[in-house]
Amino acid sequence: MPAEKIVLIGVNHKTTPVEVRERMALTEGYEQPLLQLKNIPGCKECYLLSTCNRVELLLVTDVAQEAEKAVTSFLFGTHLDPETCKEYLYIYYDNEAAHHFFMVAASLDSMIVGEAQIVGQIKKAYRHAAGLNCTGALLNKLLHKSFTVAKRVRSETGIGESAVSISYAAVQLAKKIFGGIDDKKVLIIGAGEMAELAAEHLIGQGIAEVVVANRTLSRAVTLAKRLNGRAVALDELANQLEEVDIVISSTGSTGLVLTKQEVKTIMRLRRNKPLFFIDIAVPRDLDPTLCDLANVFLYDIDDLTNVVEMNKSGRQKEAVKAKRIVDEETIKFQHWREGMAVAPTIRAMRNKVEMICTEELERTFTKMPELGQQEKANLEKMTRAIASKVLHDPLQYLKNDDCERSNEKKVYNLRNIFKLEDGKEKEN
Amino acid sequence: MISAINYYLFQVILVVSVAATCAYLIFFVNQRENVRRVARNILLCSGILQTLYIITRYILSGHTPITSEHESVFFFVWATTWAYLSFRWRYTVKNFGTFTSILILILVCVSAAVSREVIPLPPELRSWWLPVHAGITIIAYGFLGLAFVGGCMYLIQEWELKSKRLGYFFSRLPSLSALDKLNNHCLTTGFIFLTLGILSGALWAKQIVGNYWRWDPKEIWSLITWCIYLIQFHQRMTVGWRGKRAAVMAIIGFGAVIFTLWGATYLLGGDHSYAS
Repeated sequence: MPAEKIVLIGVNHKTTPVEVRERMALTEGYEQPLLQLKNIPGCKECYLLSTCNRVELLLVTDVAQEAEKAVTSFLFGTHLDPETCKEYLYIYYDNEAAHHFFMVAASLDSMIVGEAQIVGQIKKAYRHAAGLNCTGALLNKLLHKSFTVAKRVRSETGIGESAVSISYAAVQLAKKIFGGIDDKKVLIIGAGEMAELAAEHLIGQGIAEVVVANRTLSRAVTLAKRLNGRAVALDELANQLEEVDIVISSTGSTGLVLTKQEVKTIMRLRRNKPLFFIDIAVPRDLDPTLCDLANVFLYDIDDLTNVVEMNKSGRQKEAVKAKRIVDEETIKFQHWREGMAVAPTIRAMRNKVEMICTEELERTFTKMPELGQQEKANLEKMTRAIASKVLHDPLQYLKNDDCERSNEKKVYNLRNIFKLEDGKEKEN
Repeated sequence: MISAINYYLFQVILVVSVAATCAYLIFFVNQRENVRRVARNILLCSGILQTLYIITRYILSGHTPITSEHESVFFFVWATTWAYLSFRWRYTVKNFGTFTSILILILVCVSAAVSREVIPLPPELRSWWLPVHAGITIIAYGFLGLAFVGGCMYLIQEWELKSKRLGYFFSRLPSLSALDKLNNHCLTTGFIFLTLGILSGALWAKQIVGNYWRWDPKEIWSLITWCIYLIQFHQRMTVGWRGKRAAVMAIIGFGAVIFTLWGATYLLGGDHSYAS
């Protein structure tokens, strides 16, 4: 293994409460934080992905320990002590880092498994990072590999379909409850990516109005703007519930956002107009017993999944298949990286030249059948000598401890010049 | 002659009702638009034939044919059919026809099962109040029958939605809001007719026997039925009762209607007993 480590540091909806994530989400774009990361001592390559539900940071560095510390303080600022930060963070190295990132790209780590937005977000973040020359040979390869993973998972498993059809099923159900949804209002609680996805689908189906409620109003305002709706604070929830017809809840909260008693009161105020709740949060935001109330319909993510007739075992099977693809690609990436190390590259170069020599010798021998044993041996000796002299300087370049260029870079260059296969894929 | 026409007309209606129900059931299974058009036309035919039958019956007996059990049940059939057709003309409620045609067929079968003999009317009932009182009441029953059908459909659909087992009926039944609207419409119309029917009965009674209300079993049961619908009507207006509760009330109310029509007559007797 090369000295450089790939370090992945991240937080997501599973590890970190939304309050902490909200303070971290890098709202002012990628440029500033990327430049900051690039200046961390020992950081050779970096990449940053920031969405509503996660922040993922990829670094290539020799000095993992120091870089981690710097990144932690970069992420959380100074208002949290390092020990608390450690609880929220997850850190992976090398292959595990690649594996985790592929899981993210394949949308297996998403709140809604299989949703397609994440790939677009990764690509957008990559454009920023590449634009600022933050990524190098290693991360370029890792990111391109992650696109391959996403593509394979999408085309080879049925996982993506279920995310789309969940929105579709929600609309079908709404139509069976309300007749048409043209004059209906939808309230979105929590400004997460899945809520946005579902809302977009409803708007596409012609819903009349969108209201976004979020703990931090600023994010509600941003999402509302994008959806042409209006934003309200979470405290106004009860008021809003009197007027809307469909509620999509997807906050990262661990407790219940609405209890049965609250909804009961609201139903009286609504004069029993039907109310359709869709709870796509994990863990659930809404009291499952809401369904016992008259004219209240509650579907959580599992119910919707069942509606689209993708039974649990089928879904599980698709997830297993997708994980297998991620594992496969991780192994391929690992092989590529191992190939990127110095020793195998030297071996590969020697092999290649050796092969050329052998081929050429054989061709010459068949043209000159009159050659005797001794002459043949001499010829062989000569070609080998030429070959090793030609190889001498490139090998010297590779072996030199040159502070200017990283090993990865040198290996990358030589592999390109000699057109060596990526990694040891031939052995697979 | 007219008696023969009358007889054969009824047989034809029986056959047409079966055909309408079958056509609607086929439509329910395969959901093809052309099947529905056929089914609707058969039902319209049935409605016209029913009207003709009532006219021939009127000619045959010389009074509004609404006094024997056969006649009143048949009038019920007629009221339900035309209530449906009038409703259909204003709204479309998916697959409502299938359920209604089953109710109509059941009622036609009941009227076929009882004696079809023409019974002369007792002299005290020979009045223009008869068609007004009995006619209006049975038209009310027709609309309340539709509300019952709508209520049953609502409960099925609601059960599928709440239990989250979206099976065979889910895609075939209309939306809950459409069914609720249907219930509201039919109950309102039915309730108005029922009120008018009871009022006309009271006025008629005043003319014949001198007082408005005599606590005859049928009168008591009509009042109970009326009260059930009144509660439902009141609750909808004040606290917005709708959905499942309204559907259950529509079914309970219709139960009371049926009891008033048969139960009160056979079990409890009284002045409203069918002529025999």
